[in-house]
Amino acid sequence: MKGKIIRVAGPLVIAKGLTNVKMYEMVRVGNLELFGEIIGLDKDTAAIQVYEETQGIGPGEPVYPLGEPLSVELGPGIIGQIYDGIQRPLTQLAIKTGDFLSRGLSLPALDREKKWDFEARVKKGEYVEGGDILGVVPETSALEHRILLPPNLKGKILDIKSGSFTVEETIGILEDEKGNRVELKLMHKWPVRYQRPVKEKRPPVIPLITGQRVLDTFFPLVKGGTACVPGPFGSGKTIIQHQLAKWADTEVVVYIGCGERGNEMTEVLIEFPELKDPRTGKPLMERTVLIANTSNMPVAAREASVFTGITIAEYFRDMGYHVSLMADSTSRWAEAMREISGRLGEMPGEEGYPAYLASRIASFYERAGLVYCLGRDKRIGSISIIGAVSPPGGDLSDPVVQATLRVTKVFWGLDARLAFARHFPAVDWLISYSLYVEPVSEYWRENISEDLYELRQISMAILQREAELQDIVRLVGMEALSPHDRLILEVARSIREDFLHQNALHEVDTYTSPKKQYLMLRNIINFYRKASKALDSGVDLEAILKLPEREKISQMKYIPEKDIHKLEELIYLIDRKLEELREGIKQYA
Amino acid sequence: MPKEYTSISRISGPLVFVENVENVKYGELVEVKLSSGEIRQGQVLEAYEGAALIQMFTSTQDLSLQGMRVKFLGHVLEINLSPAILGRTFDGLGRPRDGGPSIIPEKKRDINGSPINPYSRAYPSEFIQTGISAIDGMNTLVRGQKLPIFSGAGLPHATLAAQIARQARLLNEEEKFAVVFGALGITFEEANFFIEEFRKTGALERSVLFINLADDPVIERIATPRFVLSCAEYLAFDLDMHVLVIISDMTNYAEALREISAARKEIPGRRGYPGYLYTDLATLYERAGRIKGRKGSITLIPILTMPEDDRTHPIPDLTGYITEGQIFLSRELHRKGIYPPIDVLQSLSRLMRGGIGEGRTRKDHGDLSNQLYAGYSRGVEARELAVVLGESALTEEDILFLRFAQEFEEKFIKQGEYENRSIFETLDLGWKLLRMLPKSSLKRIRPEYLEEFWGRE
Repeated sequence: MKGKIIRVAGPLVIAKGLTNVKMYEMVRVGNLELFGEIIGLDKDTAAIQVYEETQGIGPGEPVYPLGEPLSVELGPGIIGQIYDGIQRPLTQLAIKTGDFLSRGLSLPALDREKKWDFEARVKKGEYVEGGDILGVVPETSALEHRILLPPNLKGKILDIKSGSFTVEETIGILEDEKGNRVELKLMHKWPVRYQRPVKEKRPPVIPLITGQRVLDTFFPLVKGGTACVPGPFGSGKTIIQHQLAKWADTEVVVYIGCGERGNEMTEVLIEFPELKDPRTGKPLMERTVLIANTSNMPVAAREASVFTGITIAEYFRDMGYHVSLMADSTSRWAEAMREISGRLGEMPGEEGYPAYLASRIASFYERAGLVYCLGRDKRIGSISIIGAVSPPGGDLSDPVVQATLRVTKVFWGLDARLAFARHFPAVDWLISYSLYVEPVSEYWRENISEDLYELRQISMAILQREAELQDIVRLVGMEALSPHDRLILEVARSIREDFLHQNALHEVDTYTSPKKQYLMLRNIINFYRKASKALDSGVDLEAILKLPEREKISQMKYIPEKDIHKLEELIYLIDRKLEELREGIKQYA
Repeated sequence: MPKEYTSISRISGPLVFVENVENVKYGELVEVKLSSGEIRQGQVLEAYEGAALIQMFTSTQDLSLQGMRVKFLGHVLEINLSPAILGRTFDGLGRPRDGGPSIIPEKKRDINGSPINPYSRAYPSEFIQTGISAIDGMNTLVRGQKLPIFSGAGLPHATLAAQIARQARLLNEEEKFAVVFGALGITFEEANFFIEEFRKTGALERSVLFINLADDPVIERIATPRFVLSCAEYLAFDLDMHVLVIISDMTNYAEALREISAARKEIPGRRGYPGYLYTDLATLYERAGRIKGRKGSITLIPILTMPEDDRTHPIPDLTGYITEGQIFLSRELHRKGIYPPIDVLQSLSRLMRGGIGEGRTRKDHGDLSNQLYAGYSRGVEARELAVVLGESALTEEDILFLRFAQEFEEKFIKQGEYENRSIFETLDLGWKLLRMLPKSSLKRIRPEYLEEFWGRE
């Protein structure tokens, strides 16, 4: 049963004669057989969003329903791949069709030829349920790919064998509850718009270590948490996303380039195989999956790319891994929704976005979380989502920003003025927040230090005070300030320049361990405390500020992790120098 | 022989609605023959069963519901390509404007092109020396980059673009660029400035020009940049040339797009521009770049004028989200008589890091430019403070930074229209200026470079 096109308007195609099709069912459109998805049904006509450029398609051409919704293939071979928004492998497309993308191509997402070494972990006769680990495949040197019984199955293993298989070959037989025999394979399919089930969601409390000082210490994210990174262009959203993809301590990273620059994906492709994960020492590419639907690729596939990415993330979470997902940028995703909605003639909500914008955004972020996975062994897995938002003109009242802030718990607001001064990461400490600071402080107390939380609070207070003092300086000048207030300005400058500022391009500075972050902040705050004391005893502020040892504080960030003891020593050196100044005053008196 | 139709039922703005047609394809090229015999072109914007909505590229003046013949050509708008295209001048729809013959095509290409597979891209990392310190030192341009100039009415963006075209070269290489220039709705004088400039420097025979002037049909401008980029793709990826594309002015392009959108009664986005402006601009800008295993490259410098110098206006805003940085011209610097009036704080080159450093420019380049930024930014802040409270309100150190900012504008940013500074001159100049500041305040430079370069005169 095929349908017939009656209207083509950009990515939207209207067809008639499609009976018995369902919403979100996949179709192939026109003589070129472009991929599309049904997004509206009205009597015998269907509205189809087409994932490819529709130029040259016209009324009268056929539409073939595929009988299933947009699904991704899940199995060994995903890691290290670069896919487009509907999981077509771009590497293979380049080999097959050249450097420019042509239309109507279908290639399987997973390599059908490649053999994988499968080692069974269940025995014949064992009763298994959805999510149980049937066995493992060493997919990369960094990652063990756990083959799970698909969530909707349950029953008795009739047969299972270890050995070398392609993703389509049968690795075993399951007898389900109704007595049907089900063939088990290394891969299965899952519709992207359906959340994969879990046993139980848990409140997340373990920090996601990113090695970025302003994030880890000031506005921490947790494994299973959600963060929103809005900022105008040039404020460093993409660099933050790249830094997180590089250094976040998760076992799998899914990076969605959604409507952004092609060269940014190239950069990841070139850089990640070269970079080593600081924890495992393996190339970062061996834990990374890329979804690239760049700004010049068809807009409807951009809408799908976010769901494709999150479904792949859920699959790895179900294996019991911590997964982080970066979406850059969700604004382009929202714009894709707006474009399709506009062409459907739907009544617009704010700024022309569809009225369901907020619920669609919420349904995406709610797929994050720390969970007990399906299966009998109570594995823990998590998905953390970091979504970049590109509001027009950097205006935070943008509907996409506002809808995102309602469902995320961490807000890293990027500021254009900081970026102009090349203060990166340009996270504005006055407007950003993290609702995970309290739960994470427990972890800090147990694993890093008793007083890290306190140091953070003091630093935040100093930065807040700095903003107030700067207002005063702007009105009446520096002389109006007491020496103590001027010290606060100096310390605030030190927190900003020596701690919060971090150079992603410097080989040492690009990643800072939590322990080093703590020591750096402790040295700055210790200087503040001791200097205040010295001021109280009558030491001249200029004398304190002129101490050559202050330069050592500004060089802390460049001290490699192996020489971290130097930071421990610095605190005593500064104590001694400030003590000498106080002694000098006493003798003089 | 394609069928001709006379069944036009509606004309509104640049849009024409034709009924009782067969086998129309979306995007197809259309010829409309007026009763006078004149032929005008358009393309199918929406294809219905038995009807088509056509967007005309030229004016709809004199079109009527009767006596017109509409022909669907069965293909999309195409460009004729051959090596003979070099040195030629065309109008906004790719027809010769220089009195020469039409191009006999070796290849015909759909002007919309196809997206480059992100996997096939090569990362742009070859430093281009423009001889302009504010660009080379602070916002380095690399081969295959798209770097727009954000300008305003009355600012010397044309002079700057011409200087870049004149001076741009790779370090250690005398190789020159082919230039493809697209004029979108600019004045005769401005277009002529570029043509004369190319002629003077002998670049004209390596150039291809597509000219749509301010009094040419507005809607034609939708197609013009696509001709420009298709031509550039041919020169770069078929003929292995390094192509510099200059398009001026993108603001006029976006306005043409808005006009069509309004005529279609689409739901407007910000400031009346259509919601798909981002996607549309991206399909142009993203055609710049490099491809693995191919020799040529497309470096794209679009020029746009910001209405009221407002960088949050949708055109600069969306452009900035797509391009790899921007060169931002400042009216304040221009008033001070500083050429080029590049506001380095608001400018950015995202691909800079790949093009600089050891083996490309010099190892201290990255740290040095970061430090110049930080220092200049602090100096500008101090200057603002001094305007309100007088210099006496500043600390000693802030006064040093203020002086530094002054010198930085006068010596580093400012240079002659024909002054071509090598990257090493630019870097050494940067160090010379930094020596005005206390050494301990230079936190952005790693200690070993500070040691090496601080004492060097």
